[in-house]
Amino acid sequence: MQDDVVLTMRGICKYFPGVKALENVDFTLRKGTIHALMGENGAGKSTLIKVLTGVYPMDGGEIRIDGVEDAIVIRSPQDAQSYGISTVYQEITLCPNLTVAENMFIGRSPKGRVDWKQMEKRSGELLQKLGIPARPRQQLGNCSLAVQQMVAIARAVDTDCKVLILDEPTSSLDDKEVEMLFTLMRQLKESGVGIIFVTHFLEQVYAVSDQITVLRNGQLVGEYEVRELPQVKLVEKMIGKDLEDLSSIKKKESDAGEEFYGAQGLSSSESRPFDFHIGKGEVNGFTGLLGSGRSESVRAIFGADPVTGGTVKVNGKKVKIAKPLDAMKQGIGYLPEDRKRDGIIADLSVRENIILALQVIKGIRHPISRAKAEEFADEYIKALAIKTASSDTPVGSLSGGNQQKVILARWLLTHPQYLILDEPTRGIDVGTKTEIQKLVLQLAEEGKSITFISSEIEEMLRTCSRLIVMRDRNIVGELKGEELTQERVMRTIAGGGE
Amino acid sequence: MKSISGNGTLRRREPLTDSQLLLFITIGIFAVMYVLAMIILGGGYLKPQMLFDLLNDNAYLIIISCGLTMVMITGSIDISVGGVTALVAMVGVMILNGNISLFNGIISTLGLSEEWRIVFALLTALLIGLAFGAVQGFLIAHLQIQPFIITLAGMFFARGMITIVSVDPQKAPQELMDILQTRIEIPWLGSSNNRGVSIPARMEIGVVIALVILVLVFFLLRRRKLGRCFYAVGGNQQSALMLGVNVRKTRFMAHLLSGLLSGVAGFVFMMHTGAGNATNATAAEMNAIASSIIGGTLLTGGVGSVVGTFFGVLTLSTIKSIVTTSGLRDPWWQSITTGAMLCLFILLQSVVLMRRNRAKDTIKERGKKET
Repeated sequence: MQDDVVLTMRGICKYFPGVKALENVDFTLRKGTIHALMGENGAGKSTLIKVLTGVYPMDGGEIRIDGVEDAIVIRSPQDAQSYGISTVYQEITLCPNLTVAENMFIGRSPKGRVDWKQMEKRSGELLQKLGIPARPRQQLGNCSLAVQQMVAIARAVDTDCKVLILDEPTSSLDDKEVEMLFTLMRQLKESGVGIIFVTHFLEQVYAVSDQITVLRNGQLVGEYEVRELPQVKLVEKMIGKDLEDLSSIKKKESDAGEEFYGAQGLSSSESRPFDFHIGKGEVNGFTGLLGSGRSESVRAIFGADPVTGGTVKVNGKKVKIAKPLDAMKQGIGYLPEDRKRDGIIADLSVRENIILALQVIKGIRHPISRAKAEEFADEYIKALAIKTASSDTPVGSLSGGNQQKVILARWLLTHPQYLILDEPTRGIDVGTKTEIQKLVLQLAEEGKSITFISSEIEEMLRTCSRLIVMRDRNIVGELKGEELTQERVMRTIAGGGE
Repeated sequence: MKSISGNGTLRRREPLTDSQLLLFITIGIFAVMYVLAMIILGGGYLKPQMLFDLLNDNAYLIIISCGLTMVMITGSIDISVGGVTALVAMVGVMILNGNISLFNGIISTLGLSEEWRIVFALLTALLIGLAFGAVQGFLIAHLQIQPFIITLAGMFFARGMITIVSVDPQKAPQELMDILQTRIEIPWLGSSNNRGVSIPARMEIGVVIALVILVLVFFLLRRRKLGRCFYAVGGNQQSALMLGVNVRKTRFMAHLLSGLLSGVAGFVFMMHTGAGNATNATAAEMNAIASSIIGGTLLTGGVGSVVGTFFGVLTLSTIKSIVTTSGLRDPWWQSITTGAMLCLFILLQSVVLMRRNRAKDTIKERGKKET
């Protein structure tokens, strides 16, 4: 083993019934570096991490770690920990009802007595050393998500940690919090820890990583130095096809036809009054920072929050939309921002999730027959290329991108006239993202109206012909045509655009 | 909030945790209620003996509730506690009476005095409690069966066993009861009766046992690894597992301790009443749950304290005593008032927590806007 290498994985194989999850994958981590592990959903990133942390036993290959002569066998997360491999997961695995200090030390000491003073002193020192803005006696649940994430990292590195695995640590953080996390990561890197960084965000990879290892379909594509691999190339390696697709989906400058939906002074319990309209065949979007009210606005349109005022016209006729069912009956569909909470019903099958909205519209007295349901499900599984074992598989076991497709299928099945997509591409891989963007434009061409929300402005620019910009829960601008440039949008969001 | 600096900031007072907040609410309500009773009803409530009577009558309930609080903190439930208490009390009385030949045999063979029956009764009480706790704990922690169902079965089982042990009510022999019902007299808290003779305040031994257990459980929850693991498991079982907590053992121990304390409670109940009866400690499990909840323990787990539970028992029993002393002697008034108060408490708790969380969110939002 070379001197600067802390971990090598050679020829790792892992098979699941009918699937080669990992085949002959190599991975090398050097001391004091941040190594990004990239790949689409289903590329094998999580499987590789799980093999390394002892969650899955591997079916072939060897793992060596600095300081141990022979190849090591990792049977459990505790085993991994004892070799100096610590993991911080995407979902925060700490106890919100305990204090910060307790969360850092519970389960680590074999002693029966809890020495609060000692514990709080040590955690205080560690927090200070790592520059984490938390106090030892603070209840963890009162800290921001970023700080909770950092406490988890502090706990992980306080043990004799050689390898730190960060599995999607930034997915629920805002920009400032991400920056805080990066500072911490760089600091740990300085102290010689090797960090494996798994994420979906390309910019973040370029912001902190030194090396990138790319996986695709369970196989190693290659290991690269970050400066030698431009972003476009990386995406190319990840999805394995040329990216002209991505630029070729530019929308047509066909301005909207007649108005489909119009609202005046619409307000809900969560949003301030606003005016909004969308034409047939139009794709528009709400943009703004997190918390600017963009999601609340579309929720008001769909009646997802109690509507408190305003008049709504659909197809020129005045209608009342007070609850989601009203909106659905007008041919409006809504793909919610929080897929896990508002979207899928994890324990129900793909089929049941797909027919859900249609069944609701039809009403309980007109059940969809099993045969019909199967037919619908199969049709959309095929049309959207949903990767699932069968239509009976519980949605919860699908990957994020495929769950999103299931919800899309649910709405497409109702043949909506107007579809609201709130962050449909968050947390899903580049390939699926492009597919969804294409689908949006295709629907628009068929004369459907689409409202699209995404935190990636680039994506919005690529799909929308009109952007409504929000700041502090008010609409502060509307951009279209020539005005749709990244810079202009940014300026409007920031407040210098009017 | 750049970074913390020095020890000065470390010592800074933290805002109250939800646990502490709920505890203060309970203590506050109890104090207000008791003072109101003193002012409006006067009489007995002005004498310290009233408080001691509350404790004497409810010592067993304090003990049960301590065990139940631990179980509830882990996010579980144990409704067998009342049944076990009643069973233990019945078996205890039978042993004191000499109705169980095994112990008669031991005593006559070894030539022990009659007082030894008390020791055997106590040991049996602990053993029965441990047995229930161990079996239920095993089924819940290791076989992952719903705690409600297992302990419901335990409750029926214990209640059924009582009638098997003895169909008829039993009464313990007076000479042994005299020993068990020794009262601790506290003259300086006494009062004088209408003839001017001063009567010391009297406290039963059971109260001392209950208070000792209260202190022990308090330290277990605060200072011992096991106690902290109760909170961790109740806060988020999956996280606790990832943090290296032995979740199974923790859940098992909570139920084991709850069973053990039900055994102790049964013995204390027997000391207080000296009678074994199939209807002993009826609905004790419900009163214990109510007390824990009033004391700020959340049914969802992760939050709670035995100090709160102690005040919960006092609050609950004060409500009952106030209802009785205000002349509403029919038993249903106690139930109705208890129900109403419980409902009020829960409402109050959730309103307070909700407002607090909302305030927290606004602070976070404000923080975001500043950036």
